[in-house]
Amino acid sequence: MIFDNILIYFVIIPLVVLGLLSLSKSIQQVRTVCVIGASLLVVLAAYLTYEYLAIRAAGDTSAMLFQGSWLWYAPLNIHLALGVDGISVVMLILSSIIVFAGVFASWKISPLPKEYFMWFFLLSVGVFGFFISIDLFTMFMFYEVALIPMYLLIGVWGSGNKNYSAMKLTLMLMGGSAFLMLGILGIYYHSAADGNLTMNLLEISKNNAIPHSWQYFLFPMTFVGFGVLGAMFPFHTWSPDGHASAPTAVSMLHAGVLMKLGGYGCFRVAIYLMPQAATELAWIFLILTGISVVYGAFSACVQTDLKYINAYSSVSHCGLVLFAILMLNTTAMTGAVMQMLSHGLMTALFFALIGMIYGRTHTRDVREMGGLMRIMPFLAAGYVIAGLASLGLPGLSGFVAEMTIFVGSFQHADMFHRVFTIVACCSIVITAVYILRVVGKLLFGPVQNEHHLQLTDAEWQERLSVITLIVCVAAIGCFPNFFSNIIRESFLTIVQVLPQ
Amino acid sequence: MEPSILCYLIPSLIMFGCGVYGFITRRNMLAILISLELMLNAVDINFVVFNRFLYPGEFEGMFFTLFAIALAAAETALVIAIIINIFRMAKNLDISEISKMKF
Amino acid sequence: MEFSYSILVLALPLLTFLFLGLVGMKLSHKVAGVIGTVAMGVVATISYAIALTYFFGDGQGQIVDGVRQQIVVFDATWLQFTDFLTIKLGVLLDPISAMMLIVITTVSFMVHLYSLGYMHGEKGFQRYYAFLSLFSFSMLGLVVATNIFQMYIFWELVGVSSYLLIGFYYTKPEAVAASKKAFIVTRFADLGFLIGILILSFYSQTFNFLDLTTSPEAVVATAGGATFLGCSVMAWALALIFMGGAGKSAMFPLHIWLPDAMEGPTPVSALIHAATMVVAGVYLVARLFPLYLCEPGVLELITFIGAVTALYAAIVACVQSDIKRVLAFSTISQIAFMITALGVARPEYHEGVGYMASMFHLFTHAMFKALLFLGAGAIIHAVHSNEVKAMGGLRKYMPICNITFLIGCLAIAGIPPFSGFFSKDEIVVAAFANSPVWGAWLLAVAGMTAFYMFRVYYLIFWWNEPDYGHHTPHEAPATMTIPLVVLAAVSCVAGFFPFADYVTYNRVTLEHPSLLHNVMHLNWSAAIPSIIVALLGIALATKLYKKENAVPAKMADSCRNLWTAAYHRFYMDELYQFITHRIIFGLICKPIAWFDRHIIDGTMNAFAHVTHWASAQIKGLQSGLVQNYVWVYFVGALLLAVITWICII
Repeated sequence: MIFDNILIYFVIIPLVVLGLLSLSKSIQQVRTVCVIGASLLVVLAAYLTYEYLAIRAAGDTSAMLFQGSWLWYAPLNIHLALGVDGISVVMLILSSIIVFAGVFASWKISPLPKEYFMWFFLLSVGVFGFFISIDLFTMFMFYEVALIPMYLLIGVWGSGNKNYSAMKLTLMLMGGSAFLMLGILGIYYHSAADGNLTMNLLEISKNNAIPHSWQYFLFPMTFVGFGVLGAMFPFHTWSPDGHASAPTAVSMLHAGVLMKLGGYGCFRVAIYLMPQAATELAWIFLILTGISVVYGAFSACVQTDLKYINAYSSVSHCGLVLFAILMLNTTAMTGAVMQMLSHGLMTALFFALIGMIYGRTHTRDVREMGGLMRIMPFLAAGYVIAGLASLGLPGLSGFVAEMTIFVGSFQHADMFHRVFTIVACCSIVITAVYILRVVGKLLFGPVQNEHHLQLTDAEWQERLSVITLIVCVAAIGCFPNFFSNIIRESFLTIVQVLPQ
Repeated sequence: MEPSILCYLIPSLIMFGCGVYGFITRRNMLAILISLELMLNAVDINFVVFNRFLYPGEFEGMFFTLFAIALAAAETALVIAIIINIFRMAKNLDISEISKMKF
Repeated sequence: MEFSYSILVLALPLLTFLFLGLVGMKLSHKVAGVIGTVAMGVVATISYAIALTYFFGDGQGQIVDGVRQQIVVFDATWLQFTDFLTIKLGVLLDPISAMMLIVITTVSFMVHLYSLGYMHGEKGFQRYYAFLSLFSFSMLGLVVATNIFQMYIFWELVGVSSYLLIGFYYTKPEAVAASKKAFIVTRFADLGFLIGILILSFYSQTFNFLDLTTSPEAVVATAGGATFLGCSVMAWALALIFMGGAGKSAMFPLHIWLPDAMEGPTPVSALIHAATMVVAGVYLVARLFPLYLCEPGVLELITFIGAVTALYAAIVACVQSDIKRVLAFSTISQIAFMITALGVARPEYHEGVGYMASMFHLFTHAMFKALLFLGAGAIIHAVHSNEVKAMGGLRKYMPICNITFLIGCLAIAGIPPFSGFFSKDEIVVAAFANSPVWGAWLLAVAGMTAFYMFRVYYLIFWWNEPDYGHHTPHEAPATMTIPLVVLAAVSCVAGFFPFADYVTYNRVTLEHPSLLHNVMHLNWSAAIPSIIVALLGIALATKLYKKENAVPAKMADSCRNLWTAAYHRFYMDELYQFITHRIIFGLICKPIAWFDRHIIDGTMNAFAHVTHWASAQIKGLQSGLVQNYVWVYFVGALLLAVITWICII
């Protein structure tokens, strides 16, 4: 029975919330439904983690747990196939926390709060669905479900040049999906040597039937397809415009979770299913992602719009995710997922804070603001913490992720990997430059605008959202081994398929 | 002696040709709709005829025809509703004047 | 476990930080300050207990076969990288970490106490104490690190605490700029540290200090003779690690952040930028000293950098007019002494006296420099200015401050029997043992040290009294004078402590330690010249600055170019400003941002424009005339039919 599987509830809860939202009449009802739904998701994710650890502790070493498969469309052998490993569990925790924080961050959204939250939860259906699927088709479907609401969320509730940004973001990501679609079809038609074609990831990997010549074609397709969403250079330009125009919670969810779909897909599909091509072609993408890392950081140094700074910093940090994935060893890839987790939380925190500051000052230009620490100490302190997490302060999440990546990347002894690892390391200095520049300009120093003196500090729902994220960032930073171990043992199965 | 298949096909071809001619040349939307019906009926006849002559023991062609007639009835109702609405808006049934649905 | 209570040394400051940071704003200033100070007092007591037990307690396995053991009290896994590389957090006790515990907790406690008076009534008092606790936690974690990655973690944490404390007066743009500069410069140095760790750990497959230093030759051998640009990779690794240390310890050319860091509150300067954090680099090299011994080339580099920095900072200190700047440059110079001492230390010269001298100087310097800074703080508190112009004749108004400051000056100048004399003397001996050039060099710098310290002393307490107006300076409150007296007392007697019996590079103990060991083992052939040089420096300063006169100004005029260059610190800041703003911002960041907006994004927009243009070109085909469509369809169908017909035939 499908409802016996715990995973399906990650999709059902948002769908039920969606239904209830369509029935609700007042803003209070809308908020109640959203908070209950988002809290349930967090509880569910926590419970899943607990169950997962219990099963692993009992000695189950299979690649995916909580597996279930229901036939959906027989002619193409499409199933609704569910299953999670440690990486997906961690991603589900991340998504549920960000959805939770996002609900509070968009507490006072207007106009059309009901419709806004409906699209918001539809987006989260896609996100959760993506992380629990192990069938290529359902994965792709949920991926698209996550992308489409973005257009409306930005186009209707966004700010600034929102039509342009929404269109650009959607079209570029759809362009990526087109590559991805090609890749997935190619994989499907070579998924089995004996003609029993399948969409199931595990079976495809077990069959290992994709010919080398096809891998050379399909690997770049899928990698670029997912890489666009992971803001890989040179397909990253949707990110600054998109994030700048998106409403707060959408930026949070998009940078926090949606960009992680890219990284997740890269190793779950591209590398896991086509290991030979991945090993041989990794260098091309290593160059691109290596550029991403420093390029994004340098670009962030001269931006003046807070969201642009953060978007470029996301390009840099997400570049590091893909960079680490391409190192193709357990440590670096574990670091990549840690970085996804860390970047997801901390960038969500950033966008939440920027949204709250923007809601008060009505400007995002750092040159027009200053001395906010005196005016809104809570938000400013939150911003400093987010900044410190971003530049890799030990005890917050950024440090552990980056260090794992660097140590892992350095395990390659050849000159090429060495040089790129050191180049990537340089980003920690550049990150410090742009973070401290903004912190110094925005929060410290004299107050630039007299009108800002009348502004108020955060309200309770904003505090709740910020504190949730800060606690998570600190938890990962202080107890990294908990997450690291969950991720590491799941990567062993992926690294095993790589040719040595 | 049974009439040959051509005895059925030639009238249906003429009907179809009339339909096409009417569809292209007439300006009045109702006339165009009538031309459309002519074409549809011509095709229906063909279905029945081919079924009768090529697969005498089977009924798929007949079924399709009945299906098409039912659909045509529904479609006619819909089209007339649209035409009435257009007339209300444009006070005119000339198709060459109604060219808003472009670009 | 004998030392298991040492965990409290880390836990207490951390808890204090969390407590004050989270609920501090709800507390009154007094409560917050007292909580912070008491907690630090307890930590200091525990640290003393640990150090005393370690050095003097018996039977706990501290000494085996005449060698002091390195005791790992505990070591908990914090983050696992690979099967071999694991970050652990733990506590390592050995002579230098025990000594550092004493230094840090003593100075930190004094600063906590002093700040009760100095920071009285400041906005953000609770925040200040929270950050002080954070700093103490990080610094203690740094010195007891069991592995190099733990050290790196706490290294970053002290950097951030320093950032937060320098920028404590966050509404002052100079303080904000200084904190940013300090963080970024040290961050840049830490990049070297990190890469060094990566290289070292890749070959040795361990972060652990015990594994790295017990058999350094084996560790160096793991690299298998791999070289890069003509030097062995291990030499690169160690040089890069030293780069991290040089950044934190403000060695030339990474020193530029330290003088600016004086924008922070003065007690912070005393704690972080004089006594503890800035010696982290020295401590790092000392920690890995056995490894450095295997790469003598790197030690020579260290000696060179240390010697150049010592001279450079001493020259600059001679002409500065801001008393905190003078102290900052003297700190740089003195730390350079320690670094040089490590650089010249070899086991064959007087049983590695350089190592011992470096640690000894670290200890004595922490005490007398904290004293000087706290004294300077009291003076600034009294006259509300950092500039020597606003001071003069203060000996009448602030007698305690005068005496303690004088003791500090005598100690740093190297006059017996104050503590600085003994430690500096050992450094000079070590330098002479290595090479007469370095010996003479350091001797000269020692003379300059005496000169500039007494110059500033006379300018503050003698010279000529400016017009104080109705705002007559007065002695500081007891919370501020007590720490001064305590530190002055320590500076008077610390030199007689038989340091060499407890801290040596190979941790071998002596048979019969005696309290007067230092005096008995003084190398008078080096001590006498250094005393003479110091006295000369003092005499010169007395001659020039005791009473107001025109000679100093004339001397400055006579070599105006040199004086101006030294006053502007030889334009190092301007050079950095040029590199960062013109080259990195102007020639890298801006073009990249432009490239991104116009080329990369332009390409993407160009796709959209081309599509748009093409569709505009063909949209006329969609005329909206249904009968046109039918014509086209009809003709197309006919054509297809004809083509099919032709094909079939």
